[in-house]
Amino acid sequence: MSESVETLVNREYKWGFVTDIEADTLPPGLNEDVIRAISAKKQEPAFLLEWRLKAYRGWLKMTEPHWPNVQYPSIDYQKIVYYSAPRTQKPLGSLDEVDPKIRETYDKLGIPLTEQKILSGVAVDAVFDSVSVGTTYKKHLAEMGIIFCSFSEAVREHPELVQKYLGTVVPGSDNFFAALNSAVFSDGSFVYVPKGVRCPMDLSTYFRINAQNTGQFERTLIIADEGASVSYLEGCTAPRRDENQLHAAVVELVALEGATIKYSTVQNWYAGDEDGKGGIYNFVTKRGKCAGPRAKISWTQVETGSAITWKYPSVILQGDDSVGEFYSVAVVNGRQQADTGTKMVHLGRNTRSTIVSKGISAGAGQNSYRGLVKVMPRADGARNYTQCDSMLIGNRCGAHTFPYIDVQNRTAAVEHEASTSKIGEDQIFYLKQRGLNTENAISMIVNGFCKEVFRELPMEFAVEAQKLLGISLEGSVG
Amino acid sequence: MAPLLEIKDLHASVGDKEILKGINLTVNAGEVHAIMGPNGSGKSTLAQVIAGHPAYTVTGGEIRYLDQDLTDMDPEERAQAGVFLAFQYPVEIPGVTNAYFLRSAYNEIRKARGLEEVDPIDFVDLLEEKLKVVEWGPDIMQRAVNSGFSGGEKKRNEILQMAVLEPKLALLDETDSGLDIDALRIVANGVNALKRPDNAYVVVTHYQRLLNHIVPDFVHVLADGQIVKSGGKELALELESKGYEWLTGVAEATAS
Repeated sequence: MSESVETLVNREYKWGFVTDIEADTLPPGLNEDVIRAISAKKQEPAFLLEWRLKAYRGWLKMTEPHWPNVQYPSIDYQKIVYYSAPRTQKPLGSLDEVDPKIRETYDKLGIPLTEQKILSGVAVDAVFDSVSVGTTYKKHLAEMGIIFCSFSEAVREHPELVQKYLGTVVPGSDNFFAALNSAVFSDGSFVYVPKGVRCPMDLSTYFRINAQNTGQFERTLIIADEGASVSYLEGCTAPRRDENQLHAAVVELVALEGATIKYSTVQNWYAGDEDGKGGIYNFVTKRGKCAGPRAKISWTQVETGSAITWKYPSVILQGDDSVGEFYSVAVVNGRQQADTGTKMVHLGRNTRSTIVSKGISAGAGQNSYRGLVKVMPRADGARNYTQCDSMLIGNRCGAHTFPYIDVQNRTAAVEHEASTSKIGEDQIFYLKQRGLNTENAISMIVNGFCKEVFRELPMEFAVEAQKLLGISLEGSVG
Repeated sequence: MAPLLEIKDLHASVGDKEILKGINLTVNAGEVHAIMGPNGSGKSTLAQVIAGHPAYTVTGGEIRYLDQDLTDMDPEERAQAGVFLAFQYPVEIPGVTNAYFLRSAYNEIRKARGLEEVDPIDFVDLLEEKLKVVEWGPDIMQRAVNSGFSGGEKKRNEILQMAVLEPKLALLDETDSGLDIDALRIVANGVNALKRPDNAYVVVTHYQRLLNHIVPDFVHVLADGQIVKSGGKELALELESKGYEWLTGVAEATAS
């Protein structure tokens, strides 16, 4: 058994290729001039430059947080490249103008950028290093008043919306990495769904880091106006490189009265090799605000990649009767580390939140769930249900749980359930005795374990997630 | 015709501890063999070793099955070749429905034999027949594999799997332990219904009572890792009245 396991462990990360493309890159390092240069390249209005600089000045006074249960050498922020864009990047008249090399990259990743080829009915925005390279189905969506474009384009075409909502959920001063992102973010996706409109298709962004020593700092802002609803998916990959690369993104969601936002992530950044060399530092701030009554925000994440993951997609339940959900599968294998979870902050009355977290640890991976359920004094009748399950594969990995509960209202009801299990030789032998090989056996056990989360994912994503999970865990038992 | 299973001078250990110390056993198609013996004699180990449990190392001898050497094969290859082990302690697989699990197993085995996979709809038809063997309705298929099953349900589920996978060689490892009279009857009836001239059963049991329902052609007594006595079904009755001591004495004498 162990021999086949060895070969599987060492299987290549198949998204690890590099696209050879000429790039417009700023020299490494960070100062106000770099921020001004990024802002100028993007022809931004004055308010945005000011907003960036304010965040930068705040960032200078902050220190990198070290409370997460992860270990890494300190990052030299002056060695990072803060802007890199494919040279050919110009405002695109149509998708046909996307650089063929970039188009090839996305084809290789299985993300078609040509609309007529898309069968799945998913609109895609593709972000390559620092910039968006193309958004599909734009016209079709525009007919319904839905704006789905790159963040840069939103700044040019809809500055009033950007100015109104940017930083309202994650302020520029929120935390160290959010502040850094606010100062240097180069692109990302922007979605606005007008009053009463249900977005007819899933919107999706595919993030790709290509250039070396480049940080990716994208910023996504999604606004669902009153009674609107939208389902948004994001996927991520990066080349296999020996250096660690920083990915410090910010995602802000705003759901107004009666609106629903469903945000799904399948994160598969390069995780580093078996000795822990290379890989992405995925330090991300994601937060949604249920700003009006009966709003609903649902996060679903499948985290299989990255050397280190550090993120807590959260919901601020401000509107009465609003709903927050967090469904998560986090997998660590090799030397990966993850410290992830959520915050549910109950401000409004009768607000409800659900947290389902499935942590899988294999190899020498370390997996931590960290969650905060906070019920504020005004939140009469608030309810939370938390279920936090860990699965261990092998003897070298670790699972940790840090649940924080802070209840300031007597009428609130908060439930927490937790379990830890281990995939044993006996479970695998049982399935092998029924004719399944080791890979399929592990994949079946793990997929069963994650079922409650996978059923929250849109269909195509669920299939991709299941496959990814299989690949991430191949050879983890031996 | 070659025997279905032919075990010659089989030795197996866990770590440094030798548990099987030279087993010889021949099983032909159409036969039912009972393996009996006191606790710790190696009965369950024998079943697990035939199925290929990785905790055991074969240190000598051979296990031939349809003229193949089983000891070189992975557990899944043995299963695909028609070896089935009904577990003493079936494992639970939360979140995976019985239907999905059984269909996956069925299709893996079909694939290995170069047959086409069966789709979920055809599989439901096939299941309908098989469920009758264990007197179950279709609801059981939507429950997670063995999760929250009673001891009796788990054993019935093993027999259901056996009915679906149609093995040539079925090893029943203490399938009777922990069963009440009704469950015992259902399990035994299931086994009897599945008996064919081209398959064989090796039934590992501690007690005679199962053998009232599943009548063996041969009974073997295992003690300290060796078969110390073989006989017909009447041997089981003799053991029931006399216990194992008179035979374990023989085992010690042979060993010294």
